[in-house]
Amino acid sequence: MSTRLSKGGRLIDRSKSVEFTFDGKRLNGYEGDTLASALLANNQRLVGRSFKYHRPRGIVASGPEEPNALVGLGAGSKFEPNQRATTTELFAGLHSKSQNAWPSLEFDIGGINRIMSRVFPAGFYYKTFIFPRFAWKHIFEPFIRKAAGLGAAPTEKDADKYEYFYAHVDVLIIGGGSSGLAAALEVGRSGAKVLVLEQKNTWGGRAPVDGVVIDNEKSEEWINKALAELESMPNVSLKNRTMGAGVYDHGWATGYESLTDHMPSKVGPRQRLWRIRATRILTTTGAIERPLSFAGNDLPGVMLAGSVRDYIVDFGTSCGDIMVLATNNDDAYRTAIAQCEVGLKVAIILDARSNVTGELPNKARSMGIRVETGMAISKVKGSKGVSGVSICLQAGEGIPIEEIKCDVVAMSGGWSPIVHLWSHCGGKLNWDNDNAMFRPDADRPPLGADGSGFVIVGGSANGYLKADDSIKDAISQGKIVAKQVGFKPIKSKNITVDVEAEAEIEQIWQMPQGMSVKLQAKTFLDYQNDVKVSDVRLAAREGYESVEHTKRYTTLGMATDQGKLSNINGLAILADSLNAEIPNVGTTTFRPPYHPISMGSIAGDARGELFKPIRKSPIHNWIEANGGFFEPVADWRRPYCFQQNDEPVKDAVKREILNTRTNVGLLDASTLGKIIVKGPDAGKFLDMLYTNLMSNLKIGHCRYGLMCTENGFLSDDGVVARLDENTYLCHTTSGGSDRIHAWMEEWLQTEWWDWKVYTANVTEQYAQIAVVGPNSRKLLEKLGGMDVSPEALPFMRFTEGTLGGIKVRPFRISFSGELSYEIAVSASDGQAFWNICMEAGKEFGIQPYGTECLHVMRAEKGFIMIGDETDGTVIPQDLNMQWAISKKKDDFLGKRAHLRSHMSDPSRWKLVGLKTVDPNVIIPDGAYATDGKIRDSGVKNMIGRVTSTYFSPTLNRSIAMGLVEFGPDRMGEIIDFPTLDGKIIKAEICNQVFLDPEGERQNV
Amino acid sequence: MSSITALNGAFHNGMIEIKDAGLIGMITLRGDLKSEVVAKALNFVLGVTVPDQRKITSTPKGSVAWMSPDELLIIIEYKDVSKVISSLNNILSGSHSLVVDVSDARAVFALTGNAIRDVLSKGTPADLSKDVLPIGEVRRSRIAQLAVAFWFTDEISCQLICFRSVGAYIMEWLKNASENGSEVNFH
Repeated sequence: MSTRLSKGGRLIDRSKSVEFTFDGKRLNGYEGDTLASALLANNQRLVGRSFKYHRPRGIVASGPEEPNALVGLGAGSKFEPNQRATTTELFAGLHSKSQNAWPSLEFDIGGINRIMSRVFPAGFYYKTFIFPRFAWKHIFEPFIRKAAGLGAAPTEKDADKYEYFYAHVDVLIIGGGSSGLAAALEVGRSGAKVLVLEQKNTWGGRAPVDGVVIDNEKSEEWINKALAELESMPNVSLKNRTMGAGVYDHGWATGYESLTDHMPSKVGPRQRLWRIRATRILTTTGAIERPLSFAGNDLPGVMLAGSVRDYIVDFGTSCGDIMVLATNNDDAYRTAIAQCEVGLKVAIILDARSNVTGELPNKARSMGIRVETGMAISKVKGSKGVSGVSICLQAGEGIPIEEIKCDVVAMSGGWSPIVHLWSHCGGKLNWDNDNAMFRPDADRPPLGADGSGFVIVGGSANGYLKADDSIKDAISQGKIVAKQVGFKPIKSKNITVDVEAEAEIEQIWQMPQGMSVKLQAKTFLDYQNDVKVSDVRLAAREGYESVEHTKRYTTLGMATDQGKLSNINGLAILADSLNAEIPNVGTTTFRPPYHPISMGSIAGDARGELFKPIRKSPIHNWIEANGGFFEPVADWRRPYCFQQNDEPVKDAVKREILNTRTNVGLLDASTLGKIIVKGPDAGKFLDMLYTNLMSNLKIGHCRYGLMCTENGFLSDDGVVARLDENTYLCHTTSGGSDRIHAWMEEWLQTEWWDWKVYTANVTEQYAQIAVVGPNSRKLLEKLGGMDVSPEALPFMRFTEGTLGGIKVRPFRISFSGELSYEIAVSASDGQAFWNICMEAGKEFGIQPYGTECLHVMRAEKGFIMIGDETDGTVIPQDLNMQWAISKKKDDFLGKRAHLRSHMSDPSRWKLVGLKTVDPNVIIPDGAYATDGKIRDSGVKNMIGRVTSTYFSPTLNRSIAMGLVEFGPDRMGEIIDFPTLDGKIIKAEICNQVFLDPEGERQNV
Repeated sequence: MSSITALNGAFHNGMIEIKDAGLIGMITLRGDLKSEVVAKALNFVLGVTVPDQRKITSTPKGSVAWMSPDELLIIIEYKDVSKVISSLNNILSGSHSLVVDVSDARAVFALTGNAIRDVLSKGTPADLSKDVLPIGEVRRSRIAQLAVAFWFTDEISCQLICFRSVGAYIMEWLKNASENGSEVNFH
């Protein structure tokens, strides 16, 4: 059993007990524990069920490589699935539960899959569920989704907050172990700006656990001194609890900082995603130990040797009283020695190598530990946990020689450098056959913008696994990096590192070497996805030669741990099955993030109110406070209507239309785009942008214009006013202001760069308030300050002056067909002007109106709307707007396109009005007209479609506009609009101007 | 006077102080920044020279910020805008240029505190370290999804401008980013 030792544990504070729960059980740990160490201290070795076979699984590792100990953390709005117990710091009140077990962890019905495992081999899903086709969607997939999978998705909105932080440094160092700190000292002393990230809360990495002596003192002392020196440097920033998550092009990296995960009561964001731009990235990320592949290696109690040592030294926790150690290297002996040093027993060390004479093995022997060489584990015994092993010859097929009782099996298949960050951006690897590992190839680094490598690897991540070599390498890489970023390393005395010498590792990819097929089927490579040696060998037999294909076929390395423990072992088994060299089978691709990061951290602060910026006009707050029912118009919010006394929206729209047509209405038109175009060539420029002629517009006059893209399609429309000889003010649609301004600049900067034209987008400089209706002039006259008579300010003119004491520029333009003024005032005066209009307009029956009223009124007048009558495929000719296309001009954007055969085709659908035969029936928006024929494809032949459709309260009938084939030639014809419910609406083709075709209302 | 800013006097105090800077006169000047006439115009209205790339130059009468190779932002008192525009137009008449009032098209924030660089770094990808963004330099960048420009007037004071219509969003963003408990202590 695993338990808390009576003393020891350098990271825990035994004076501070911490209560937490696991699957409802109340348990106690200490401050400084991880959830994993606390579970082990409470003899909770069974922590979850496996993904596919629901096998009982226990803690294997002590860091982010852990495949099994995934738990659901927290509850309700704080619940998060798939959290690693090994990286979760314990805190009071921590609430955790196991995953993938039903009805309970101890008794799991899904475990039946384990018995069925012989029918779930590699590729099982692909082979089994392909026929019959319909069954996948309706039977197999729903079943598999329920049975498979790890944690449950949260059901409540995340209560926590997240944020980003952008940092720029010369050198980013990822990994704050002893090597990372040694490198940081070098770079820091040179004066370069450095940021050091460490994923854990503690610095120094494995050196203290491995008993490394640095500069003649315990590594902990040296680490503290190094930290103190780094902290004193103003050019160095240290961030613990921050994992280097990903490396991207152009020296871009992300760091995942945990702020309150370990202390949920703390105020502030839970996590911060660092977005770092670094000239160079130095990764000193260390190495991960590999499991050994023997039968039963997934039973709770089978653990990585280095991790067993971590639990003893860091957390004062034993993983079992009696250990069997299986290894192919010297480093693992440190675990056996540590086990003995705390008074626990090592039953046997099974070293697969035949010749073992290193310093560490000899030390183990001298402590009286039984060391057997050339020996292996044949099979681990036990059901929910280890109870013993049978041992065999490594060279044989696994015939048991002896049975040994134990409750923990520590295994070590050697160490793999953590090369993920090096590889994220394309850094290449070499297979080091002597040391049985992939290590970075410094000659093939990920290349930055300057053509040189921007990621540098140091320490054991660079393949220098022994502490002395690792620190030495990190120091020299630190010096190189400092130089690369333009700083000069400071000469300092050499660091001495004392650590036991280690003999060579031997490549052991399965144990025993000749294991039977039966044993292979019990030997796990990927714990998280339940992939066994037999699965990879089967894939090889079935013709999978590439590791990338094998990976997808068997799902090896495709779980949330991304195969941190399984990739190399799986690769080696595949290579062996194919009788190929490991490097020839290839490595898999490493992709960010190194370790899963929360969705919340990716979203950052962009949620709730901050999710998307909403543009607000100067009148927005008033609208909000006065019944405005908002609708989105581009990024703006405009009032669809103003609801009085909770009236229905429909009634509000009708009231606003009738009131505006009878009395006077007020519209906030501030969102209209307003672009100043100035220069000697401004007229020439506008003649190119608009289809009609603008350069001959007189000062003080306004003209409506259309803009097309190069392909001739309508892009925007609006009124242009000529302010002076060289200056025009172009109004755009509300959604078009930024786009059209960018469009203008693009032409000026890329094509007509020699034309003397400047533009400025002044959309937000002005509030624009439309005073519309028969009483509008009376209202303005009451405000007083300038002459707004038809003589002084005729239709399609503008002027400047004051109204009610406010500086204004009124335009006599009308989108409603009524007598109408659009009055531009400075945005800061917008609300004040609105207020005096509302006040003075009371006696004239003034009411504010919204966009729907605007839409209906313009449709009554047959005015087109960009986005309704146009959809990116419509040209001005389709809308019978030849009058707005200048024939005098040599060229304008879209002119050439209009000559294309399809554009000048007389059968293009053209704009007409549509009057339903039943005046109370409104044609649905977008409805198609049909002529009763059936196309070859079997669909009804369509001859047109509705573009705008409303009920007109002014005319007390339904009105619509639409594009119809030969429409203008078919006036008076009745055509059919089939609706989705199978009915047909009949409508008569008519002139699109339903109201006041002579313009008598507006031109007064 | 009934003129109001987009922020309408908004104020917040967290890790830093965020304040509506009030009505501020702003004029966009586009023209040939290397020409004598632009230099003359700036000298006449503010007594300053044309700022170098990314710089802002100030006198008691106002400031001029470099915005792009052919655009400056002149910052003066709100009440002086018409007067300065007509002076500029007088001097620049005859040369190809554009002078336009943008005072009401912006929201202006006055930020105060030691943590300004940390707070802004939560939303802008620009490098805000003191050596890269010293006092007297303008940075046009973004915060969250929005275009902004900002410059430090001394070590603990910063002016930030954005478009008027999104002033309320930037206010909310700044409040959130400067919430106590979210200190970074990087800059």
